[in-house]
Amino acid sequence: MDQRKKPIYLDCHATTPVDPRVAEAMMPYFTEKFGNPHSSGHLYGWEVAEAVEIAREQVAALINAEPEEILFTSGATEANNIAIKGVARFYKKHRNHLVTAVSEHMCVLDSCFQLEREGFDVTYLRVGTDGLIDLNELEAAVTEQTILVSIMTVQNEIGTIQPMAEIGAICRERKVFLHTDAAQAVGKMPVDVKQMKIDLLSLTAHKIFGPMGIGALYVGKKPRVRLEPIFSGGGQEQGLRSGTLAPALCVGLGEALKLAGEDMIEDAARLRTLRDKMWQRLNGTVPGLVLNGSMTDRVAVNLNFSVVGADAESLMAALPGLAVSSGSACSSASEESSHVLKAIGLSSSLAEASLRIGLGRFTTADEVEMATDQLISAIKTVRGGRREIAAAE
Amino acid sequence: MTNTYLDYNATAPVWREVVEAVSRGLAASGNASSVHSAGRAARHMVEEAREKVAALVNAKPGQVIFTGGGTEANNLAMRQVDLGGATVSPIEHDSVLKPLGQGARLRVRSDGVVDLKSIPEQLDGLVSVMLANNETGVVQPVKKLAELCRKRGVAFHTDAIQAVGKISVDWRDLGVQMMSISAHKLGGPQGVGALIVDDTWNGRPLLEGGGQERGRRAGTENIAGIVGFGVAAELVQKNFDAMADVRALRDMLEHGLRAIDPTVIIHGGKAERLPNTVCASMPGVDAETQVLSLDLAGVMISAGSACSSGKVTTSHVLKAMGLDEASASSAIRISLGWHSTSDDVEKCLTAWRDLYTRTRRPQATAAE
Repeated sequence: MDQRKKPIYLDCHATTPVDPRVAEAMMPYFTEKFGNPHSSGHLYGWEVAEAVEIAREQVAALINAEPEEILFTSGATEANNIAIKGVARFYKKHRNHLVTAVSEHMCVLDSCFQLEREGFDVTYLRVGTDGLIDLNELEAAVTEQTILVSIMTVQNEIGTIQPMAEIGAICRERKVFLHTDAAQAVGKMPVDVKQMKIDLLSLTAHKIFGPMGIGALYVGKKPRVRLEPIFSGGGQEQGLRSGTLAPALCVGLGEALKLAGEDMIEDAARLRTLRDKMWQRLNGTVPGLVLNGSMTDRVAVNLNFSVVGADAESLMAALPGLAVSSGSACSSASEESSHVLKAIGLSSSLAEASLRIGLGRFTTADEVEMATDQLISAIKTVRGGRREIAAAE
Repeated sequence: MTNTYLDYNATAPVWREVVEAVSRGLAASGNASSVHSAGRAARHMVEEAREKVAALVNAKPGQVIFTGGGTEANNLAMRQVDLGGATVSPIEHDSVLKPLGQGARLRVRSDGVVDLKSIPEQLDGLVSVMLANNETGVVQPVKKLAELCRKRGVAFHTDAIQAVGKISVDWRDLGVQMMSISAHKLGGPQGVGALIVDDTWNGRPLLEGGGQERGRRAGTENIAGIVGFGVAAELVQKNFDAMADVRALRDMLEHGLRAIDPTVIIHGGKAERLPNTVCASMPGVDAETQVLSLDLAGVMISAGSACSSGKVTTSHVLKAMGLDEASASSAIRISLGWHSTSDDVEKCLTAWRDLYTRTRRPQATAAE
């Protein structure tokens, strides 16, 4: 494809391009350093095992954890599945209740649904129009039976940032574990597991300019969290996640998080300005736009709005030069409208008229400007088309 | 010193063409579930790779579920049944054995082949026997076992991770319900594998969420890894004839070992084996010493499998074949592959001969 004709990529919540520096760091682990990190008898094993441990330190450093508290996984979905099902199943003899929110990622919700089939009780907290849970409702939901609370740090569709430190304080005081799906947060904003009192945290590389197929689960040691593995076998990752580790991918994750740690604050400030300008211009030019979620408790790179009198499918079709999404990538292939937008109170018609924009490290001011032009023109076209159809009928 | 890598069963060097493909995969941005053009391009790459992986084992693309590796594929297969109800061989990889509780175990003959006579009258749930053992390379009578299970209405899984690419593996001909494969044993990237399932498969996923892999395995697809897997599958299929040369090198190696010490035991040597694997015991010298001495000489081999090689335990595979502790603890695994040369074999033999001579000398001195 002609590079100049490639659509502007504003779908960084779905996935991000791999930073060339990350790809470069990974390549030696496909070529000369191809060993199995669990081969303890020779140099090929040792050199990659060492690289894996450096990556583990890099992951730990960004969230203020200890390296031995980090397990590598194939991604955030696996990390979330291990955290939720693993902890619940380990403690099921003593307690049987979990608390989460209706706006969580499907892999958290589906894990909870599975646990319900296994006999656990799950409370699904509501969220307000801003996407935030109510802390009083959280306090009320936690019982003596509660094992785990799972609340995502940053919502993947509307970018809502939950008050993790306050949630952590409640959970620690009530002696229940707190898990957070931080796939959309780590590397975009400071996340500190000690300060926020987080016991388990899921993260992934491909949302932060690293490769797909690798993520990590932080499992705190103080207080110690126990869990039952989903995969067993060779006993890698302290027996909690068996399987040959992929050193190239681990190195890619480590490098991606190292770079994010260096650039995070600056990137966020720049992208927040671009994002805010985009919304101001859109909202000032086009009538009938509805912002989904809160503008204050929102990650810098996210914008999500609904277009009254249009539908997302037509809008996307009218935007061939723009890679954006409606809802999350995982669910975009399915026809159902977003459970998240429903949760913040949107009608079906508004939920089906939403666009999600995700900016990233490589997004330029020019691109945002051009994207805004395209959005304005596409909205006018789609609404115009609708009026013509209505008039003809 | 150039190194001689003879540990292909732990992981294989990545093919140059695979590295290029992975590199392209990393450069392509797009989530395969996104509907925009970048997403559709990613989806196309995944589906093209799925066709190549399916073609390697004569399966249909729709039967391939991509996973995060062989361990996950084995777990996905094993965890379909009540974990007490499965019947497995005692020489399975830990990723088949560990998910089980107290499942029944088949017997293994001293030549390393699963004893068909040991199949219990009462079978339920699932039977799992690997296609070729990772430590000895012994090929198992999977087709016969699968047929027997089919007659009794019991599902059958085979871990074909070590077999694929080294011997001809024909999914349709084998007649199993589930088969695990892994990319990095084929010279593909680590971190990707697949479970092949028959059309009636209606299993419960281990990873739930976004509904990827038709709801069978949630999680954003590892595009670069999957693309690399596809290219590796294509390459091992194209280079299948190289296995005849590998077999000749392996025979040369075994001949050489026996020439140095006629008392060397080749485990599973009397059975049908993968063409690339040697599992041998040097009487009186423990495996760790052999592995480290060869490493110093620049020759990479292993004692048992890589996953368990961190621990000093005797191989459960050799134990199941009836070996005593002493023979089992002196067993090493040398595994060759597509890029191995006669030079590699020579270097391995030289290093091993040096060690053999050194370990024999003190005894000679003592006798003097």
